[in-house]
Amino acid sequence: MPTLGDYLLLSAILFAIGTAGVFVRRNLITILLSIEIMLNAVNLTFVAFGRALGSADGQIIVFFVMTVAAAEAAVGLAIVIALFRHKESLNPDSFTMLKW
Amino acid sequence: MTPLFIAQIVLTLFVFVMLLNSAAAMVYVERKVAALLQQRLGPYLVGPKGLLQPIADVIKLMFKEELRPKAADAFLFALAPIIAATCAFAAFAVVPFGADTTLFGWLPSSMRLQVAEVNVAVLVVFAIASMSVYGIVLAGWSSNSKYSLLGGLRASAQMISYELSYGLALASVLLIGNSLSLREMVDGQAGTWFGIIPRWFLFLQPLGFVIYLTAGIAETNRAPFDFPEAEQELVAGYHTEYSSMSFAMFFLAEYINMVTVSAVATDLFLGGWHGPFLPESLGWIWFLLKVSAILFFYVWMRWTLPRYRYDQLMAFGWKVLLPLAVVNLLVTAAGVLYFAA
Amino acid sequence: MTLFYLFAAVAVLASLLVIGQRNPIYSVLLLIASFGALSGLYVLLDAPFVAVIQIVVYAGAIMVLFLFVVMLLNAPQEDTEYDERVHPLLRPGPMRFGAALAIGLLVELVWALTRGTDTGGFPDGSVSSVAAIGQSLFTDYAFPFEVTSILILVAMVGAVVLARREGPR
Repeated sequence: MPTLGDYLLLSAILFAIGTAGVFVRRNLITILLSIEIMLNAVNLTFVAFGRALGSADGQIIVFFVMTVAAAEAAVGLAIVIALFRHKESLNPDSFTMLKW
Repeated sequence: MTPLFIAQIVLTLFVFVMLLNSAAAMVYVERKVAALLQQRLGPYLVGPKGLLQPIADVIKLMFKEELRPKAADAFLFALAPIIAATCAFAAFAVVPFGADTTLFGWLPSSMRLQVAEVNVAVLVVFAIASMSVYGIVLAGWSSNSKYSLLGGLRASAQMISYELSYGLALASVLLIGNSLSLREMVDGQAGTWFGIIPRWFLFLQPLGFVIYLTAGIAETNRAPFDFPEAEQELVAGYHTEYSSMSFAMFFLAEYINMVTVSAVATDLFLGGWHGPFLPESLGWIWFLLKVSAILFFYVWMRWTLPRYRYDQLMAFGWKVLLPLAVVNLLVTAAGVLYFAA
Repeated sequence: MTLFYLFAAVAVLASLLVIGQRNPIYSVLLLIASFGALSGLYVLLDAPFVAVIQIVVYAGAIMVLFLFVVMLLNAPQEDTEYDERVHPLLRPGPMRFGAALAIGLLVELVWALTRGTDTGGFPDGSVSSVAAIGQSLFTDYAFPFEVTSILILVAMVGAVVLARREGPR
């Protein structure tokens, strides 16, 4: 049977993959997707701990995390659309107007 | 390999085959009822009274050439009808269609007439319905033609808009039934009031039933909400570039989604398989009758009402149906609190 | 146990492919597959409600939103100043530094997790009837619940305002 440690290890791997995506990829949408991977890894951790400690609180926190993730995805994508309209590019390196 | 296990496997195959048959039957029923409503004859050549017409249609579709536009994304183009059909079949897997039965004493213990018993069955149906949007969206995108893309986006925007009212109508009836399992919801509707009126949730939730059915019709892209499909008469829709069996899979998916919506409506609002005069073990006959009634209503709606224009459709979904569903939920919650106290 | 390994393998593989794909549509679809695997893991953890909500909210709504945006923008795939034929993950600057950081994070986490005492298996008995979650959500956590609804309202208004066109020209 999988132990708590197995689940935590899996979520650590997923979190690291998400982090790699945010650092390495140069496409705004893929960066947002990697952030969603990280949030899901955290959700898995919460549910695993909730199960291990015998409390329903883990799942309730997951409920809130999902809601916040939805709101953040919506606003993030709206910003991406606004940026794309301005400059026809999804590469974060091309938005340099605020640089000195 | 106990007899129960074998019986379960046979039941699963049986449900699959019956869903396919129901899609074929719906093709015939649609054309015949449409014809009779329009005072003409409909199919009558193939087989007695045209009953073999669906077989002729299937054979015709199988012999057509399977086309793929050169610029289309091949993998997604092939995947989209698969997603649509798979989600349609999967949603029916958690719908119970009869009481526990021992197959007339053949089995050692009673077997559920349901492919999979889940205690959150209503949510599973809702989840798979929300996954079926992908079939349409990917079909529109992968065809790589502007009209397909716009048709696909419109159809999926319509589906996700009406999912909200669908879910809220479900929530209202769940408040009354007090469970998420479809089987327990049906069991809560057994018996009658005053010996005559059956204890259907329809009588407790009339507005909820209307909202559920309306949202269900919009979810399955049927008239009067089938603008994304009718678009193809004028311009193009998401399945323009499809032909032969891929096209057949989309329409199979549509008819099976209709059957699933009707089956869930029967289980939640019309008492499932409970009915007078028949023993519980033959309850599936009542289930069939009730589902057929709702399917007839579907076809009747299609050929009676003119279709909504797309902006009217979206305005209706957001500005009329959603507030109604919210009000219904609030009133139901207040009622449950009051009458339970 | 085999189910756990199956779902875990699908989740990790799909996530790796998500960050490795060039075409954002494939990334979104692979992420949906990853969410499906995670949903299976939640079912294994005796949390059917969260599993279904994961499909409804994440795979069914948020990813549809991503898909819509990718399709509407019809975005070119990562145009950069670098040589276009080189895969994005193989370009020198971002790859080395980013990958190094991410691997460093992974090493740290694995070290921290394997260092402690054995955490043991899960206790028996399931925690999650939907009724229990609902009970807790509407009594102990009623305030965050209401605040979340305001958060969603703000996000809706913000998304509409941010993505709106400039107005009649």
